[in-house]
Amino acid sequence: MDKMDRALRELGQMDELAAGDSPVHRLSPWVKLLVTLGYIIAVVSFDKYALSGLLPLILYPLLVSQLSGVSLILGLRKLRLVLPLVLAVGIFNPFLDRAPLLYLGSLPVSGGVVSMLTLLLKGLLSLLASFLLVATTPIDSLCAGLRKLRVPQTMVTLLLLTYRYVGVMMEELAVMSRAYHLRAPGQKGIHYKAWGSFLGQLLLRSMDRAGELYASMRLRGFHGEFYYAPSRPCGGRDLAWLLLWLGAFALLRLVDLGALLGGLLRL
Amino acid sequence: MHMADALLAPGVAVGMAAASAVAAGVSVWQLKKEDDPKRLPTMAVTAALVFAGQMINYTIPGTGSSGHICGGMLLSALLGPYAGFLSMIVVLAIQCFFFADGGLMALGANVWNMAFYGCFVGYFLLWRPILRGRLFSGMGAKAAGRAKIILASILGCVVSLQLGAFSVVLETSVSGITELPFGAFVALMQPIHLAIGLVEGVVTAAVLLFVYEARPELVRDVTVREGEKQKGSLRMTLVVLALAAAVIGGGLSLLASSNPDGLEWALFGNSEAGYSENMGLDEESFGIESEAAERAGSIQESSSFLPDYAFPDSDSPAGTTVSGLAGSAIVAAVALLLCLVFGFFRKRKKAKANG
Repeated sequence: MDKMDRALRELGQMDELAAGDSPVHRLSPWVKLLVTLGYIIAVVSFDKYALSGLLPLILYPLLVSQLSGVSLILGLRKLRLVLPLVLAVGIFNPFLDRAPLLYLGSLPVSGGVVSMLTLLLKGLLSLLASFLLVATTPIDSLCAGLRKLRVPQTMVTLLLLTYRYVGVMMEELAVMSRAYHLRAPGQKGIHYKAWGSFLGQLLLRSMDRAGELYASMRLRGFHGEFYYAPSRPCGGRDLAWLLLWLGAFALLRLVDLGALLGGLLRL
Repeated sequence: MHMADALLAPGVAVGMAAASAVAAGVSVWQLKKEDDPKRLPTMAVTAALVFAGQMINYTIPGTGSSGHICGGMLLSALLGPYAGFLSMIVVLAIQCFFFADGGLMALGANVWNMAFYGCFVGYFLLWRPILRGRLFSGMGAKAAGRAKIILASILGCVVSLQLGAFSVVLETSVSGITELPFGAFVALMQPIHLAIGLVEGVVTAAVLLFVYEARPELVRDVTVREGEKQKGSLRMTLVVLALAAAVIGGGLSLLASSNPDGLEWALFGNSEAGYSENMGLDEESFGIESEAAERAGSIQESSSFLPDYAFPDSDSPAGTTVSGLAGSAIVAAVALLLCLVFGFFRKRKKAKANG
């Protein structure tokens, strides 16, 4: 089934991107995690009409993408499935909030249009920020970073194991569903009579596989937790990155840079 | 049902994250108490299964459309509520990180909407009482087990999806993101998720039945261990069922259907903006193209919003927004310049590396 193959390919693609090397890739993962969170909080906390204040925040994904060599176009392509959802919630705003908020020449622009655009931009920016985080941080480092931020060991190990198994399971699933579809040509999806046995079969297979995997992990000395490669001590560059960005977000959040620059222009 | 970051106000997101973190903390603690390291790989595999399971679309008979499962109920029936909850968190986290499905900041809210209800509400209020109760006891042990699994899966999925969908609406409305009124949003969400919940319930039941036939020991609460007292009674089960029915049938549907649709609500029901008083209209005379609507529109324009925004002066919000647009153009120019500069340097570096 090409949907599964595509998902697998996308996972592999993210792994490849994350394995790259750039100044951004080399930063401490927990610093990147915090900056991303700070960015998303700053973006989302803008007022619903604050389009001009929000726009300068585009600079963060742009700069990170340029520094890391991860293409934003690729990120946008990955987001194509999710953005309509954001649009669907905002699409009613222009109809329900029709009071003109500003005039472009003599053309009135209603509050609803501005708030819809703001909502879309917020969605886009926060999604891009998460994409850049994952595209510049391998999953092992991400887990090590989560550990450093005191996320419980159980959760982190579970995250890492599940991530590893997702690929295995999806390959298994792709094989099963391809076999199914070869035997049931011209059928969309899986017939409802086979729902239970199909997933159930996959489940039993995977449970057995988990048992084997666990046994072999125990034999290699697994005690319920992973030891991550010792991350190098947090350097001045990491701290500078953290403080500079968080400071910049706070500043951009408080000062409407877009309006300020526009004001300069008018003088 | 995955919510994006933009659909939540930070306060709401942080609140939901805190609630989910508490639930996760309790789960981690419970799991530690059980102290079974073998659980972890099993959890990971089942989580991966649910993840993969969400990729297959099932044909829904009769409609020509298809849907996929969500998985909270399935996980808690196989792993128990605590392990199930943690596994769901991991599934949602991976979807959020690697597939941009649901936002990073909204993760707490998504965990609450999709995992909490399925795992805890679904398990403790429905799955366990039904499975341990003496329902269908006239049918013989095996058949009764089967019937109980079907009932508990379908009810559990429907109830937890209804609660989840309702939470989505509640969170978005509290965040003040959408102009879509609360009632209309609820009316939009609940029926759709009733259908999805039913399908998910049927799928969950089918999978669990298969496992029950092949390896009954994997399904939770099916066989009550020797020496353990049967906790749930028939009466208890019936009470829970009645409650669930009341919640779904009475509460949510009533709420959904008794509210007027979005546009009507906005025009007539929103006393906060003072429309109904201003216009002196009643709902009967409302029609999309009627005179009343036009009048309503003009009154709305002149009475409720305008006083807040007096545009011609440069100090007004509209003035700042226009200059904001100009400023944004500057930002865009800076961004473009940035890209060009970096592109130039990268090209040069590449040229150097090649030659």
